[in-house]
This record gives sequence, structure tokens and C-alpha cells, in this order.
Amino acid sequence: MTLTQEHITLRPVTRPCAGAPRAEVVAFLAETARQIRLQDLALVHHAGAGHIGGELSAADILTTLYGAVLDVAPDRVEDPERDRFVLSKGHVAGMYYTTLAAFGFLPVAELATFLAPESRLNGHPNRLYVPGVEANTGPLGHGLPIAVGLAISGVLLGSPRRTYVLVGDGELQEGSNWEAMMAASQYGLERLTVIVDRNRLQQGATTADTNDLDPLADKMRAFGLMVTEVDGHDHAALLDVLTAPPVTGRPRAVIAHTHKGHPVSFMSDNVAWHHGVPDDAQYALAVAELEALAAVR
Amino acid sequence: MTALYDCRDAFVATLLDLAADDPRVVAVVNDSLGSSKLMAFRDAFPQRVVNVGIAEQDQVGIAAGLAGGGMVPFVSGASCFMTARALEQIKVDLAYSRRHVVLCAQSPGVGYGELGPTHQSIEDLAWLRAVDGMTVVVPADPVETAAVLRWAAAYDGPVFVRVSRTPVPAVHEESYEFAPGRAVMLRDGDDVTLVANGIVLHRALAAADLLAADGISARVLSMASVKPLDSAAVVRAARETGALVTVEEALSTGGLGGAVAETVVAEHPVPMAMLGFTGFCSTGSSEYLVDKAGMTPEGIAAAARGVVGRKG
Repeated sequence: MTLTQEHITLRPVTRPCAGAPRAEVVAFLAETARQIRLQDLALVHHAGAGHIGGELSAADILTTLYGAVLDVAPDRVEDPERDRFVLSKGHVAGMYYTTLAAFGFLPVAELATFLAPESRLNGHPNRLYVPGVEANTGPLGHGLPIAVGLAISGVLLGSPRRTYVLVGDGELQEGSNWEAMMAASQYGLERLTVIVDRNRLQQGATTADTNDLDPLADKMRAFGLMVTEVDGHDHAALLDVLTAPPVTGRPRAVIAHTHKGHPVSFMSDNVAWHHGVPDDAQYALAVAELEALAAVR
Repeated sequence: MTALYDCRDAFVATLLDLAADDPRVVAVVNDSLGSSKLMAFRDAFPQRVVNVGIAEQDQVGIAAGLAGGGMVPFVSGASCFMTARALEQIKVDLAYSRRHVVLCAQSPGVGYGELGPTHQSIEDLAWLRAVDGMTVVVPADPVETAAVLRWAAAYDGPVFVRVSRTPVPAVHEESYEFAPGRAVMLRDGDDVTLVANGIVLHRALAAADLLAADGISARVLSMASVKPLDSAAVVRAARETGALVTVEEALSTGGLGGAVAETVVAEHPVPMAMLGFTGFCSTGSSEYLVDKAGMTPEGIAAAARGVVGRKG
């Protein structure tokens, strides 16, 4: 299988205007996430590699961030006052590139180079290659400390910008995250939001069977964060919590309960799809299920 | 009696100057204010000390974020923990991400000699040399320490600079300016070249005096910049003097010795000796351990006579 231009069906989207009705924004996010999922499935299927399970669990979070939350734009990627977003679970690069392409940070046509020799779009994002990427990630447990540094810099410079970081749940087994959460609380980083893609699966098994994170919300609260739990596939809920105003002196954590592989029936909650690649029949079935979602809506 | 200096004093004085000139300068410490001698910096710029506690991975990661957010972070902590514990953050968050962060590696080498191999940092040069895009510098005295920091403040990339606590005499002129990849010839000679940096550079100069008394003319190259290396100066020394000895307060394999040997072997093979450490050191003062490794002026001179004797 080879990924080519014919597999690129995504069209760039335009964010709803500021002040657009919430229902309109939510509908936009739902349809955009569906298109992004379709494109990312094509990338993984035709390139023959990727981390489709965690990509699909993170799709609604990424779409909500870029579609309605982050104060960022393709023409101001160097603006010091832009919001900062760090994708700590860098292995879901395919979904990240697709999201960035949808929102105009790179040409959608370039998605056809995903994982190809000498492509800018390698298996883990590189800020020096891809406009809009804030940190080179891939090894787990790096994004949250970087986000803490970004947030502290905002405090030191008196900037109102906000910092968001998306971490995987399995990734929280890395101790560096807990070092960073302590620092975030110590510094009262109220403009920092830590989003956990809580899909409950890691590469080889459930997080519970590997090195259990629960009670995760209690642990994060004990580290000083203000924790909100939401359905990580509910765009309205994500929109509300991610745009909520900062609370003085408290970094925010959003535990987004998700399903790995969502909403593809045979991938969802199935550990085999951490980095599985759908064959032709599976791909056709997944596409059909996503198309059916549009019909329902 | 020659005056001796603690390079940490030059470190903090320079950082104070840099911070006064540039509001972006911050110190990032791991409960290391005292050991870094940064109390005066904290008193002058209390808002510009980010103390992450005893958490080196976090320290380097946060520094990367600070740089991404528009600050110029100087990370200060014991070299042994900074390099070993946070090596992946140094590789990925700083070097691979090309962030302007200055790693100020305190008490490197055998600065903590009595504390044993857990606190000695003789591997740091080998590890950091292997990281693409890192500049690795080992200053020899207060003037060079200050010069490297001034240069690093203006350089847009990751820099690793050793800050030594072991007392050293002044070697460089006050007008000295640092440039990466540039050796300084402190003394010319025809028969052998001594390549050294850090706290043992003055010992190499003393060895050259001993050799001169024996009628052996030794060139002395001050090679603070371990990476990038001044390959041209090394090759010229090999061609013109025909024998080399490297002297360093580090593992010689992978450190300055390794870097010079790679160049010499590839460009102009000549007899060479590498003085430094060869493995975990025992316990003892910095001076004791450096002496024990053969880096007394007499030991360096003996190594030089050895390579001169092996010339064809």
C-alpha cells in the first residue's frame, strides 16, 4: 500500500466566528472531527503505519482545541501572544498533522507524504518542520514539563496567553509528569490546562492491568490541580471546560474519558488497535461506519 | 603564591550582568541555589529564579518550555544529575528541538571527589558530545567561564558549559573572548602538543615548563570547546609537532581525548596519549584524584616524553 494524493480527501475548514451560536460551533466540531477521522484512517491504511487507536480517541479533543478553543492561527505561528498547545502523546502524529492541515497550518496535499522518506511529517511531530507544532515529542512524559515552562514564561512576561497540553493516560506512568504537576501547583499556574486522554488502554494492555492510575482524579487533586471529568467525545462538554475562565492560582486538569479507536465498532476499546493497520476490508468498514454517522446527524 | 579562583563566582557575577541587561534571562534550579552560589542572583531577581525542587527531568523540560515562551533560561545544577538523569530531555527537548537553553553544569568532573562516583561527573562530556546540535564547553578559569556564558546568552541553541568549584589560577587574559570551535594557542612549540581544558589546563602549562627544561618544546592548546572541536588546530598540531597528549578532568574516551583522537586518526595519525579518567574514581579530593590519574605536571610531562619517543 502506498499513500498518494488520491487518498487526500480532506478540505480545509474555517473556524466559526467568535460569538457564533454554541449549537453551530458544536455541529461544526462534530462534522470536522468526522472528516479528520476519515482522513487519518486513510493515512494509516495507505501508509501502513500509525497509532490509530490513540489517534481516534484524541480526535475530538484536538478538533475542539483547534476549532474553538486555542487562540492560534496559521498566519501567527510566531506571535508571542498566541496560546500554546503541546501534544505530549506525540505518537498520534497522524491525527495531529491531519488536524493541523484541516485548520490551515500545512497544505492538506502534504498529508500524502506522511511517513514517506524525507517527509516533514514523520512519526512524531517536530516543531522545526511543521508550522504550529510547539514541541518535539515522542518519548513519553516530556510534554507536561514543557507546558509548565511555557506557562511560567507567560506569568513572567505578564501575558494572558493560555497553555494546553494533551497527555495520554498510560503516559502518566512516567514520573516526570508528577514532578511537573507539583511544579504547576507550586507556581499556581492558573492559565495551564492539562488534558488527559483517558482511554484506559496502553500499548500492551489496559492501564489498570499494567500499572493502575486510579483513582486518577484524586491523585491529580492531591497534586493541587483542579480536576474536571468529561466525556472526551462530547464536543459541547469539551468546549465548555476548555474555555472556562481560569481559577485563581489553580492549574486545571481535564480528564477526558475516551475510547481508543472511537467510534469504529471493531476498534473501539480494543487494545489490538494501538498501532494496528486496517486491511482493505477493515478500512472499508471503518469508512462506512463514519459515513453512516453523517447520515444520522 | 598564585591566586586561585572558584569559577562559580564568575558564573554568578556574569549571570547578574546578563539578567540586568536582558529581562528574558532566568535561572532554573533544582534546590541548587546554594551549591550554584546563586543566592545573590535570587536576591537581585527573585522573580527570575525558577526552582523546580529536586527534579532534574522537570528542570530541563521546564527550561525548554521557558525558552519556547520567550525566556532565556540558564539551568544550574550538579552536572552528575543534570546530565545523567535528564539526558533524554537534553536530547529531545533541547537539542532535537533546537532550544536556546544554557546548561550550567555545576561541580563537574571530580569537583565532588570526596562524595564518590555517584556525584562525580566524569561521563558528562562523552554523553553530551553524542547529542547532535549541542555545544559542549569546558572553561579553564573565571575569565573563560564568564566569556562562555556571555557568548551562550546570545547564541540561539543549546549549550552545555561546565562551571567548576575546584580552585584554579587565572590562565586567560581579561580581553579573552570565547568562540565555539576555536582553540587558543597559549604556548607554541615544535616537539609535542598538549591539548587541555578545564581545571587541568594550568597543569599542562606547568608540564610545558618542565619539558622546556629538558629541551623539549611543547605547544599548549587550550581547547575549551570540546564540541565543536577546532579540528584544524588539532591537525596543524599533529603535522607541525608530530605528537599529542590530551589532558582533561573527564573520561578520556568520549571526552576531549576521544574527540582529538578521532580527528588525528582520520586526518593525520601521530603518536598520542590521552590523560584523564578511565572509569569510576575512588574517593578523595579533586586534587588527589586528578594527581592519581597522572595529571600532575610531572605526569603530563612524562606522557609527553613517551609520545615524543614514539615518533618515527
